[in-house]
Amino acid sequence: MGIVSTATDTRTASAAPSLAEQRLRRRNRNFGIFSVLCVAVMGLIFARTPRGDTATFILNDARAGQLFELPNLRVSVVPVVLVLAGMVLAIAVRQFTAGFGRRSVLIVGVVAVLFIIAFLSWAAAGGQLNLVGLLRATVSRATPIALGALAGVLCERAGVINIAIEGQFLAGAFAAAVFASVATSPWVGLLGGIGAGVLVALMLAGLSIRFKADQIVVGVVLIVLVTGMTSFLTTQLLVPNPQLNAPSRFPTVTVPVLSDLPLIGPVFFRHSVLVFTMLAAVLLLQYALFQTRWGLRLRSVGEHPKAADTVGIKVLATRYKAVLLGGVAAGIGGAYFTLDATGSFSREMTGGRGFIALAAMLVGRYSPVGAFGAALIFGFAEALAVSLQLLRVPVPSEVLLTAPYVVTIFVVAGLIGRLRAPAADGQPYEKE
Amino acid sequence: MTDRHEDDPAGDPAESGPVALSEAEVARQEIEAAKEREAAITHLEPGAGFGKRFVAAVTGTSVLVTILSFVAAIVIGGVIIALTEPAVREAFGYFFARPGDAFREAWDVVSAAYVALFRGSLGGRAQISETLVSATPLILTGLAVAVPLRAGLFNIGAEGQLIAGGMLAGLVGFSVTGLPLVVHLPLAAAAGIAGGWVYGWLPGVLKARTGAHEVISTIMLNNIARLVTAWMISTTLFRRPDRSDPISKSVEASAQFPRFVDGLRVNTSLLMALGLAVFVFWLVERSTRGFELNAVGLNARAARAAGMDPDRTVIRAMATGGALAGAAGAALILGLQHRLTIGFSAGLGFDGITVALLGRGRIGGTVAAGLLFGALRAGGRSMQAQTGTSLDLVLVIQALIIVFIAAPGLVRAIFRVKADDLATGQVAKGWGS
Repeated sequence: MGIVSTATDTRTASAAPSLAEQRLRRRNRNFGIFSVLCVAVMGLIFARTPRGDTATFILNDARAGQLFELPNLRVSVVPVVLVLAGMVLAIAVRQFTAGFGRRSVLIVGVVAVLFIIAFLSWAAAGGQLNLVGLLRATVSRATPIALGALAGVLCERAGVINIAIEGQFLAGAFAAAVFASVATSPWVGLLGGIGAGVLVALMLAGLSIRFKADQIVVGVVLIVLVTGMTSFLTTQLLVPNPQLNAPSRFPTVTVPVLSDLPLIGPVFFRHSVLVFTMLAAVLLLQYALFQTRWGLRLRSVGEHPKAADTVGIKVLATRYKAVLLGGVAAGIGGAYFTLDATGSFSREMTGGRGFIALAAMLVGRYSPVGAFGAALIFGFAEALAVSLQLLRVPVPSEVLLTAPYVVTIFVVAGLIGRLRAPAADGQPYEKE
Repeated sequence: MTDRHEDDPAGDPAESGPVALSEAEVARQEIEAAKEREAAITHLEPGAGFGKRFVAAVTGTSVLVTILSFVAAIVIGGVIIALTEPAVREAFGYFFARPGDAFREAWDVVSAAYVALFRGSLGGRAQISETLVSATPLILTGLAVAVPLRAGLFNIGAEGQLIAGGMLAGLVGFSVTGLPLVVHLPLAAAAGIAGGWVYGWLPGVLKARTGAHEVISTIMLNNIARLVTAWMISTTLFRRPDRSDPISKSVEASAQFPRFVDGLRVNTSLLMALGLAVFVFWLVERSTRGFELNAVGLNARAARAAGMDPDRTVIRAMATGGALAGAAGAALILGLQHRLTIGFSAGLGFDGITVALLGRGRIGGTVAAGLLFGALRAGGRSMQAQTGTSLDLVLVIQALIIVFIAAPGLVRAIFRVKADDLATGQVAKGWGS
């Protein structure tokens, strides 16, 4: 953590208990202040419901029938909000007095969840909110974010910084649209998207591993390059030939049996193939990275390449493979934009989601499952912004959409736990 | 040169022993190290005269790499133009029957586009005016990246800082009324600079106090600025009362940068940009603060050993960069657009990154790179109008140039010349945790 914290660390060694204690106390205080702020907002804003006092939550998929229909959940907003506020207040008191020790980050999560439930009740007061639709959209919107974050995890665990995820998304989305249109098959489009993602990854790998260019500079420049290229090709090729930009999309697949489960069924098991691919990739990669020899080698190259080299692991080849595999993941994520979310490519259509994927990787602390969790939170923010517009709630959706970025700054600044990057992240390796 | 120095040519006195060196000693060693580095790059004796150094700079490898990068980017750009032109692809369809046709067609299309690009940037008074108009914000955002780069910080946040500056400059520009130009314009411009300053100071403080990597925090702050702006322009504070679409009130005439000549868009914000460039040159290359900045950028530990405060320098460098990007926002809103719209920054902050890298973090080089990319942009607009080749080609060429400059090994491999690494060196290692 730079110069400051190294200095702090050395001091901690000599006077450990008091300083660690101080830090813990400061953290408890900060978390307590956060909780009190939550209580204040809940009590002052959410407990007033000018548009009616009953909120109705719909718990079924609006579009398709289900085996088990759940009744709508009707709640009286003010009592619910007050009870939730009371719970948060109790947590805040405990945070100020005793603290929660190692569980404090988890407790902050609990506070956030209680706050969001109160918010949703307030937002839906006097109206209806389809909770299942909201959660289903959350999983769908989290898909590219999680896939991009997986690309980031693979690269950075192997010691190559990848901030060009946005570029990989754009390239993947563009190629997927064109290939799917020409071949009239989304599967060919997916292959095209993967190819484009790998192509950008190849440039990143070549420039940063082979030519040892600064990886952050390369990442930024690749984003500019791909943005320019896809915009240029859109104007020159796609606009005059609209038949090149009419991909056939992946249909929604309904998984038998599982999709009939109440709540979970429609939320997780009625999606396009891309969403299932993402879910499988997260689990597979979590296992592969931390339980297999392949994963150990990949991580060792990112933590201590010299030691890895000494025991016979080919550092550069491992890094190349990791970055290219990341390109596959990001390419699938890019294909999502044109083959699932919308049915055509438009300039700069990824709208900064590559950066959100980067954020998800950091908030998820370089682990696939963690990144998936962060992607779900960020996907929820996106889906909620859409729902709120439909409910006409007087909350600017843009402000809500800043949530992923604000959370990431907090995490990187160490306000919510500490973030530790792979030790050799960003350093080119040179054999001596 | 002392013995110690020969032992430790990298000039890292903090590592060579626990002996606390005097400030002057460390400073002298840093200067020696810098001179040696320069000598290694230019292949000159340390302390060579200005004449020799000028000749070496022009023929030296760093300029050579720049020129070759440019050539390679222009050639690749030409290939892209040719490949996307329907007439050319048609001619390649019967390539084996008449191969000459295909090449003639390709040459015609590419040369027409590039001639239009050149004429559109330098072909006359109006064209030069457009070049300068485009160059003004680019020079400032370029400097916004270049100054922190000297302290070893990569400021990706020029985009957000430009937005913050533009918003504040615009707000003062249209909400304050009844002031004369000599008061109102400087006030609005200062507001813009202050807005950018704060938005650059923030990641600086985060870096110095918590170690949060500036690349990550500025990326996030860019997106926050983009979203918050989209919301703010739609509020009654900013939005034009007679319009329902998100467009702000117009900046008062008393807060607009006057034009030099009627009918040409080039305006006095160019003078502000150049004035700030001169000031920044003095600040970075001549002042004590600048010395600290460079020392921290070269070796933060040595700077700390010499009694400097790297944390404070980090904050100052980021805030100065932010202020410059804020000035770019003020120049854009008060000099050209005169009202705020969603997306008014148009990626100029990101272009600043390419400008600063092309200028290799030097102040003069950055100004020159800003003028060059301004010319490319103005020329690109007229190319788009005349030959139908999309302006986005300029972005591609810009990015390709930087790809080649950032990886001199690539230039070495293509042109088989000797090339040196990017003079600014590696800017970041990991996320600093």
